[in-house]
Amino acid sequence: MSTQASRIRLSPGYRPNPTTILGVTFVALILVWLVINLTKTPSEFYNLFLIGLTNGAVYGLIALGYSLVYGILELINFAHGDVFMLGGMLVATMTAGFGLKGEGDLILWGGILAMLLITMAFCAAINTTIELVAYRRLRGAPRLAPLITAIGMSFILQNIGLVWKGARPTSVDSILPRGEIFSIGGVAYTWNRFIVLVFTVPVLLSLIWLVQRTRPGKAMRATAQDRDAAAMMGINVNQTISFTFFIAGALAGAAGLLFALYTTNVHFTTGFRVGLIAFTAAVLGGIGNLPGAVLGAVLIGLIESFNNGLTWATPGSDWTTSIIFAILIVILVVRPEGLLGERTPEGA
Amino acid sequence: MWRPDLTFDREAFIRESRPRLVKGLIAAAVGFLVIAVLSGPTLTLLLAAIVGLALYIPAWDRVPYGKVLSVGTVIVLVVLYPYYQQNMFEVPIFGGFPSVDTAVTMLIFIMMALGLNIVVGYAGLLDLGYVAFYAVGAYTAAWFASPHFSESIKSFHFGAVGVNEGSGGIHISIWIVLIVAAIFTAVIGVIIGLPTLRLRGDYLAIVTLGFGEIMPQVALNGDNLFNTGFNLTNGPQGINPIDPPGFGKTLEGAVGLPESYLAPGDNALGLFGNSLELYFWTALVLVLFTAFCSLRLRDSRLGRAWIAIREDETAAAAMGVPLMRTKTWAYAAGAFFGGIAGAYYASFKSGTFPADFYFNISVFILCMVILGGMGNIWGVIVGGGFLAYLNQEGLGNIGAWLNERFATDNAEWVRVWGEPIDVPLYQFGIFGVILVLVMLFKPEGLIPSARRKAEFEEGVSDEPLYDVTK
Repeated sequence: MSTQASRIRLSPGYRPNPTTILGVTFVALILVWLVINLTKTPSEFYNLFLIGLTNGAVYGLIALGYSLVYGILELINFAHGDVFMLGGMLVATMTAGFGLKGEGDLILWGGILAMLLITMAFCAAINTTIELVAYRRLRGAPRLAPLITAIGMSFILQNIGLVWKGARPTSVDSILPRGEIFSIGGVAYTWNRFIVLVFTVPVLLSLIWLVQRTRPGKAMRATAQDRDAAAMMGINVNQTISFTFFIAGALAGAAGLLFALYTTNVHFTTGFRVGLIAFTAAVLGGIGNLPGAVLGAVLIGLIESFNNGLTWATPGSDWTTSIIFAILIVILVVRPEGLLGERTPEGA
Repeated sequence: MWRPDLTFDREAFIRESRPRLVKGLIAAAVGFLVIAVLSGPTLTLLLAAIVGLALYIPAWDRVPYGKVLSVGTVIVLVVLYPYYQQNMFEVPIFGGFPSVDTAVTMLIFIMMALGLNIVVGYAGLLDLGYVAFYAVGAYTAAWFASPHFSESIKSFHFGAVGVNEGSGGIHISIWIVLIVAAIFTAVIGVIIGLPTLRLRGDYLAIVTLGFGEIMPQVALNGDNLFNTGFNLTNGPQGINPIDPPGFGKTLEGAVGLPESYLAPGDNALGLFGNSLELYFWTALVLVLFTAFCSLRLRDSRLGRAWIAIREDETAAAAMGVPLMRTKTWAYAAGAFFGGIAGAYYASFKSGTFPADFYFNISVFILCMVILGGMGNIWGVIVGGGFLAYLNQEGLGNIGAWLNERFATDNAEWVRVWGEPIDVPLYQFGIFGVILVLVMLFKPEGLIPSARRKAEFEEGVSDEPLYDVTK
């Protein structure tokens, strides 16, 4: 009997540490909060869930850019969010310039596709230029040096956005169709939300394919693991890093397009705000880890929309940014490797 | 205790002065000619050139009491600044010398930059949320020296000046509030530091950024904390008016010190007639205090431990430097001066508003430290003064100068652009450019400390992100 009893225990001498207990309690409380809100206002809940999922998809695209660059250079590319913002502003200019509003289906979709390609190329070019100008010279410098130039580049890009579109938010023509696809519990799932997912999922899949299955992807992974060894194996390290920035910039461009068309609003500080949210997502999922970035982004998107919209015992939208930053701080302090990352002696 | 070296080493004096003689004379001649041609020669320009040369060329370190003399001269010149500011020469492009009002702001920002320099320059911890300490200091002043709490607290006066006897809320003398703010901010620094300082490098920077971003949100939403109706920060309207500093009636009668800075009134000496001058001198005293503390801290056991951590954390730990405690002290010290500066600035502006505490102010102060030279007091003072001046007056002056000569139809020189450009609009871009250029080409700053320069040239080995061992 006594052996039976000891077998039932998870493992002898297992003592969960206080952080784990606190974490599990906290997650349990959040689940309880969600369930209560679900029973009180179900339709509102579904609606917020869909909003959160859509926002999370956009954040995911940006978070991937942070994660890619961090994985290869161990650099927090502060300017990434602002590259995204400039992409959004370009979309605002183009939708007005092309006069896409009220066009027929074929022209509309052709136009959106063309804008996607242009914006991706534009942002990729900016990002690669930033790497060339501000980070390449500092490869051997102390780690804080490129971080500081990254902040500087972020300010420069914000200023460009400010001068380009002015201090007031720029509105983008609402061109996405808003018809209903299906509805759950009285809440319609509309086309403009679906389109964000339609664009995001293939981009993610092709990115994973690129990193896992192609030669440039292999070079990227090798450079991320050990730059010197990669160079000795004949990999052009500088070119690989440039390529990574190119891909990250292209993702930021795609995110810029979707964000601008979906929210129909861009402001020069958008990049800083959304960039930090996406960065938090990347850290939450485990920075340097691509699936982690997407998971973190969806979670952050959900947290944001639930906090903005739910009514029972919710801090409300005034505190959303604070909550996201609190998550960032807590994750970095308690579990810097994030949800999916692995702890290594050198860190994430 | 510091003891002056009383021997006069003639050879060393000549050896060190000679290269500066040529450099100084060339610089003075070029500067004098350029300014004289563009803005016209004046007596003050000549005097400024002579004083500058006299301070720069001789190796004052080698003369007995020379350092005391030269630094003393600079301090006296700054003290007298309000008296000769009107008569100073015009600098091309930048226009006239900063007004006393601007000079007060410059001094306050220099103080913040000196505080941040302890964290970034000495201990090598990148703090992107320094504005949080500034905010805590400012709000401490707002709580203890304004009518803000007049609803809950009838009237509590303790040495306050310039307020009506019966006015509600807490009114404590600003001098006490400065000390309270400093200590309270230092405590906040420790509270923020204890959990986060285990992280290294960029992760620490991001965590401090997070705190720095949460702080203005708390200020913004603090008019109804947790829906209890408790008004802590008065929300987006901010808290004003905040009481001015002053010495009260008793001291005015006895020594002739001004009763209140806003209404100096008649006093024995008649020297203190102007409230801006009073704010200026007080800020100067605070800056000197901060600079003195910084210098003494740098040479103390604690300061040497900070520098050891900055240069090589692992080696420092191996030599027995307690990492956590030393870093926390750096945070506390940096926060201490940030708190004083914030409280004094709040009293000077007579108000505090959440919009003053955004991320860009943190980067602005960081920019001062980096431009001047991380870890070097003189560099940080020059960098802080220059950038604060640019922000307050300089950019506007530069814009006016450019537009006068290159814009619109009646351009003085050549018409390059049609519409006048708004130079202050480019403020943050300019700070960004400064950060990038300094980091790329002169990472040790314009006036570097020899030690920091060597570190940047030699490079620092790759650091792990966080301590596994704490």
